[in-house]
Amino acid sequence: MASAGSDQASGPPEIPVTIKLLVAGGFGAGKTTLVGSVSEIRPLRTEEALSEPGVGVDILDGVERKTTTTVALDFGRITIRQNLVIYLFGTPGQERFWFMWDELARGALGAVVLADTRRLADCFPSVDYFERRGTPFIVAVNCFNGEQRHTPDRVRDALDLDPHVPVLLCDARDRQSSKMVFVALVEHVMTMAR
Amino acid sequence: MPATEDHWLDEEAGPVVRPYALTRGRTRPTGEVLDLIALVTAVRGIEVDRVSLDPEHLALLSMCRLPASVADLAADLDLPLGVVQILLADLRSLKLIAVHHPTPPAQLPDMQILREVADGLRRL
Repeated sequence: MASAGSDQASGPPEIPVTIKLLVAGGFGAGKTTLVGSVSEIRPLRTEEALSEPGVGVDILDGVERKTTTTVALDFGRITIRQNLVIYLFGTPGQERFWFMWDELARGALGAVVLADTRRLADCFPSVDYFERRGTPFIVAVNCFNGEQRHTPDRVRDALDLDPHVPVLLCDARDRQSSKMVFVALVEHVMTMAR
Repeated sequence: MPATEDHWLDEEAGPVVRPYALTRGRTRPTGEVLDLIALVTAVRGIEVDRVSLDPEHLALLSMCRLPASVADLAADLDLPLGVVQILLADLRSLKLIAVHHPTPPAQLPDMQILREVADGLRRL
């Protein structure tokens, strides 16, 4: 035993460090735009087999039916350096796709909850989810067309956020603004880890 | 390259063969489900029995000569994630791939790396 460093293959390639960040928020809040502003975005298809019966479905033939549902996730990748890669996943907004969330959130470093102040209530489920799970998150208020309807403090009150959760304004179409959202998230994670 | 062959059907028509036909109806992988950002690498120097594997298995093997994430492989192959996770689990049980699990965030906050990530994002 000359060296303990190798297992199966000789001279395995160096394994990159991978980091997972999530973008959540209601349907139409701008998640796809935000991910696309900072990374090369690709759709990632999921096709989940769902076993029925669902709620309130009559089973007439007694046979368990299986259906599948397809969800396209926004999937972006940012290479920080050769062996350090960030993966961004936009979580599907509609509640019927909740089955995907646990898989997405597993191992995630943190999450951005994107809020549309015209429909603030749409991001309640995301906030609840990450609070319950203990995933560090920040809230980014997407100001469509530069329109700022509420101050961050009002958003914080409306969402009943803990004081330590950062709330910031952004324009998801703007690369500069969008990347600062992710910087803020990573800095928040660093603060939480201290 | 099954995804780029000529078809008279457009994408709207959906797959002609339902995706889970590729897994012979299996909807769960054998063993632990692979994380989206787990890195997969083909094990080198192993004779692959090409006859017993499906074309999608072989495609995955050739795509992960260098470490590739599960999510990247699914997006590149344009197959649903769940299907790719099952096919990769097959390759794992045949010991044809090595799987590198991502560091759990609880252990990650290696401040050095996080700082590098924040700085890297700022420079984008």
